[in-house]
Amino acid sequence: MSVATDVKTLVIDGINVSARADQTILEVARENNINIPTLCHLDGLSDVGACRLCLVEVKGSPKLNPSCVLKVEEGMEVTTSSDRLKHYRQTILELPFAERNHVCSVCVANGHCELQSLGQSQGLTHVRMPYRNPQLEVDASHERFVVDHNRCILCTRCVRVCGEVEGAHVWDVMGRGIDSIVITDLCDPWGESSCTRCGKCVQVCPTGALFDKSKVGSPHPKYPEFLTNLQVMREASREGL
Amino acid sequence: MTSEELLQIAETVQAEHANFDYEVNVCMGTGCMSQHSDKLKATLTKEATASGKHCHVRQTGCMGLCAAGPLVLVDPKNSDKDILYGGVHEADSYELIASLDAKPVERLLTRLEHYFDGQQHIVLENSGHIDPEKIDEYIARDGYQALVMALTEMDPQSVIDQISKSGLRGRGGGGYPTGLKWGTVAKAIGPQKYVICNGDEGDPGAFMDRSVLESDPQRVIEGMTIAAFAVGASKGYAYVRAEYPLAVSRLTASLREARRRGFLGNNICGTAFSFDIEIRLGAGAFVCGEETALIASIEGLRGQPRPRPPYPAMSGLWGLPTLINNVETFANIAPIIRKGADWYAGIGTEKSKGTKVFALTGKITNTGLVEIPMGMPLRQIVFGIGGGVPDGRKFKAVQTGGPSGGCIPDEHLDLPVSYEALTNVGSMMGSGGMIVMDDTSCMVNVARFFMEFCMTESCGKCIPCRAGTAQMFGILSKICDGKASHADLDLLIDLCDVVKHTSLCGLGMTAPNPVLSTLRYFKHEYLEHIDHQHCRAGVCACGTKDASQLAAAEVTA
Amino acid sequence: MSKIKVATVWLDGCSGCHMSFLDMDERLIELSSQIDLVFSPLVDFKIYPENVDLALVEGAISSVEDEHKIKMIRKRTKFLIAMGDCAVTANVPAMRNPFGPEPILERAYHENVSTGAQIPCVFVPALLEKVRPVHEFVPVDLFLPGCPPSADTFYTVLTDLLAGRTPDVASLTRFGA
Repeated sequence: MSVATDVKTLVIDGINVSARADQTILEVARENNINIPTLCHLDGLSDVGACRLCLVEVKGSPKLNPSCVLKVEEGMEVTTSSDRLKHYRQTILELPFAERNHVCSVCVANGHCELQSLGQSQGLTHVRMPYRNPQLEVDASHERFVVDHNRCILCTRCVRVCGEVEGAHVWDVMGRGIDSIVITDLCDPWGESSCTRCGKCVQVCPTGALFDKSKVGSPHPKYPEFLTNLQVMREASREGL
Repeated sequence: MTSEELLQIAETVQAEHANFDYEVNVCMGTGCMSQHSDKLKATLTKEATASGKHCHVRQTGCMGLCAAGPLVLVDPKNSDKDILYGGVHEADSYELIASLDAKPVERLLTRLEHYFDGQQHIVLENSGHIDPEKIDEYIARDGYQALVMALTEMDPQSVIDQISKSGLRGRGGGGYPTGLKWGTVAKAIGPQKYVICNGDEGDPGAFMDRSVLESDPQRVIEGMTIAAFAVGASKGYAYVRAEYPLAVSRLTASLREARRRGFLGNNICGTAFSFDIEIRLGAGAFVCGEETALIASIEGLRGQPRPRPPYPAMSGLWGLPTLINNVETFANIAPIIRKGADWYAGIGTEKSKGTKVFALTGKITNTGLVEIPMGMPLRQIVFGIGGGVPDGRKFKAVQTGGPSGGCIPDEHLDLPVSYEALTNVGSMMGSGGMIVMDDTSCMVNVARFFMEFCMTESCGKCIPCRAGTAQMFGILSKICDGKASHADLDLLIDLCDVVKHTSLCGLGMTAPNPVLSTLRYFKHEYLEHIDHQHCRAGVCACGTKDASQLAAAEVTA
Repeated sequence: MSKIKVATVWLDGCSGCHMSFLDMDERLIELSSQIDLVFSPLVDFKIYPENVDLALVEGAISSVEDEHKIKMIRKRTKFLIAMGDCAVTANVPAMRNPFGPEPILERAYHENVSTGAQIPCVFVPALLEKVRPVHEFVPVDLFLPGCPPSADTFYTVLTDLLAGRTPDVASLTRFGA
C-alpha cells in the first residue's frame, strides 16, 4: 500500500505528530502549534535556509538542521527549543541589528517589523557586538516605493517573490559577504528598472527596507499572506475550477 | 583504442626518446614560468641546436621544488643519474648545454638533501616527467591503460568496488569515502547523470590541484572518464578557477587530444560508453569550491551554497544525480584501477589510505609540492622533506587546511598525517596547503588574516557567516591593536561557537577554526595583546600602527 | 527600612525617557515611599553622589563628557540600567555614525547658518568619532529598550526590582517601542 507509506510519524518537542512524507519539520511543527522562529521563510516562496533562525536539533544528528528545508522522516525526534538554540537564535538576531543601521524609533515599519518582533519574542534586550554603522544608500527613484538598504537584512524574499511569483526577476543580490546588497536589474535605480510596480516585494519585506511612499508617517503593516491566497487562486485556475 | 594500440603508441614515444643522448627537461609549471622558464627553454633549444648534440629540450610539468626554480632536469640516456638544476636563467644556457658530456655545472645544482626522502609519487608520478600537452607521453607512462581496462574488462560495479576497497577518500578536504560516493551516484536514478571535477582550489597557500592540472591533465581526464563509466554519467564538467590560465589552457588542449584519441566522445574505446567533458571557469569566489555553490555556478546562477540534504549525489546539477570530486581525487583513480585496490590500500594508515599532495609554503626552506604516504609524521614533512625553518629561526606552528583548518604547534608535530589525527588536534587535512610559521609570526594576526579571508569570501547568504565573520574580524583587529578587553575575547569565543554551529555551508562552519586552534595552543599570545599590549612576534604594533596592513604582509610574505 | 537611593541621568538623548518616567504619574508618589531621588535632571542636585543604589541612564555616549560621566556614574552606582533605545542601541544619535562628526557639524553650524557661522568649540565637549551605547563603555546590569519605554514598563521594572524580582524585560518592551 503506497498510500500508507506516504505518512510518517515523528516526535517534535515530545509530541507525537504525523506528517506527509513531503512535509518539512517547520510545516508540521506549525500545524501542531509549535512555534519555530523564521525570518527568510515565507509561505508561498521557495526556501533558502539562509537566516538560520529555524535551526532545530535532531536526535542522532551532530549538526543543527534548518527546519524550513528539513524533510520529515519516520521516527525522527526533533527538539525546536533548548537553551542552546535560544542562545544561537538570540545571537543570530543580534548580528543583523549590528550589521546595518536599524533605528526602530524612526523606521516606517516600527511596530510591524518581523526583525523587531522576533528580537522581542526571542528575549533580545540589547546587542552585545559593536554596531558597524555602514554608509548605505536610500533609493527613492521609484514613483511608489523606496528601498532603504540600511534596514535590509538580505533575507532575499523580494528576490524570490519577484522571480518566482511575479516572474519579473527585477531583484537580485550583488556583491558578496558583508558587502552584499539587493539590487534592481543590473544595479540600476529602482525607478528606471524593469519593475512591474506590482508591489509584491514591499509586502513580503519583513523590515522597513522596502516601503510604500504613501505610508510614510503612518503605520505600514504588510500583508504577505496575499501570497498563499494567490497560490490558491492560481492553482484553481490551472485546474479550470 | 585497445591495450595493444596503447602499447604501440608507448613504443613509438620511447623510440623517439631513444633518438637522443640527452633530455633536457624544463619545468613549465606556473612557479617556474613566472621566472621566465619559457624563455629559458627557447634559449636552451637554440644552444642545443648550435652545439650539434643529440639533445632534446622539452617542457614538462612541475618538478616540485618550486623554491629553487626555474628548474631544469637533465636526463642522460646512457646513465640513470638525472641531474636537477635550480635557479637556471637564460644566461646559463650555453654553459648547461656545454656541460652535457662533461661535468655538471656545480653552481646550478640543487641542494636537495632530504627533499625526496620518503616521498611517494602516485598523483605526481608523471609531473616533471612528461610534456603535459602531449597525450602520447602520458600513454607512454601507462596512461589510459586503466580506462581501457575498466571499459573492456570490468563492469561499473567492479570499478566502484575497487575504489571502495582502495580506501580512497575525498582529497578536497572533507575526506568522504570516494567509493561510497560513487556507489550512491550509481544507484541514484535520473535520465542523465553528471561528473564534476572540482578544480576551484582557493585556499591561501594551496597549489596542488593547479600543479596536477598543469603537469598531468590527462590523468584527471582519465579519472573523470572512469568515474563517469562507474556511475553511469554521460557528461562531465571540469570547474577550474579562472586565475589558473595555464591549467585551463593545458586542460583545454588535453581534452582536444583525448577526443582525438577517442578517450572522450561517443563510443569510447569502441564500447557503447559515451562521455565528454566541458570546462567551466570559476569567477574567483572561494565559496564556489563548496559543491552546491559550484553546481549553482555551473548552472549560471549566483555562486551560493544551498542546504544539504539533498546531496548532489541525489540531486545535483540541474537537479540530477551528480558526482563531484576534487582534482586530486580523480588523479588517484587511474593508478588504483591499474595497480589494484590492494596495492593502494597497502599505503597509508588504517583509515587514511594512499598518498597526499601537500603544498609547502611559508617559513620553510623547500617551498614546493610534495607527495607523501599518509601516516608520515608532520615533523618529517616540515623538517625532513621541507628542510625546516630557514634563517635559524624557531619553528612555531604549521597551518593546514587553509582558512578552514588550524595551526598545529611543535608539541603535535610527531602526529602521523591522517584525516582523523589532524581533526583531533583542531585542524583538518584540507586540500593540502601547509603553511609553516616561525617565531616572527603572531598567531593572533594569523587568525585575523584567515578571518579576513573568510569574511571577504563569505557569499553573504546566511546571517552567521556574513555578519558573524565580520564581527569576529573586528574583534581580532581590536586584539591586534591592543585595544581589546577580556569581554571582547569572551564574545569572540561565543561567536566562534555560534558561527561554527549555525552557518549554512562549510565555509562558515569552519571559519572559526583558525581562531579556535590558535586559542587552543597560543592563548597566551591573545592574553599578552589584551593585558600588556604586547606582541611577542613584534608583528602587531598594538595601537601604534595599522595592524591590518601588517597582518596581510605577515601571511603573504 | 532605609529608602533606595535612585539616580536618573540624561546623556545624549531627547529626554523622552524622562518624560515617560514622569508619565508614571500618581504611581511616582507610591514609589517615593521606597525610593529617594538623589540625582536627576528632574531635581536640583548638581553632583552625582557616592553609593547610589540604582541609576537609570538615558541617552547614548556621544561626547568626551558623556564618556567621563558614565565612567564616574558606574563607579558610584551599584545597579545600572540602560534606559531607552539611545542608551541601549545608541539609536537616533548614532545616525551620524556612518558620516562621522565633521560633516554633521559642518551641516549644522555652517551650511544651515546665515550669519556668524562658527563651529562651537569653547565650553562644549568634543564629539566622539562614533556614538555608542552605554554598555560599550561600562558594564550594564539591566537593559530597558524602547523609544521611550512606557510608563507601565518603568513601573513594573521598578516594582519588580524593589521587590527583589528579576523583571522579564522582553515581555514589557522592545527596540523602538
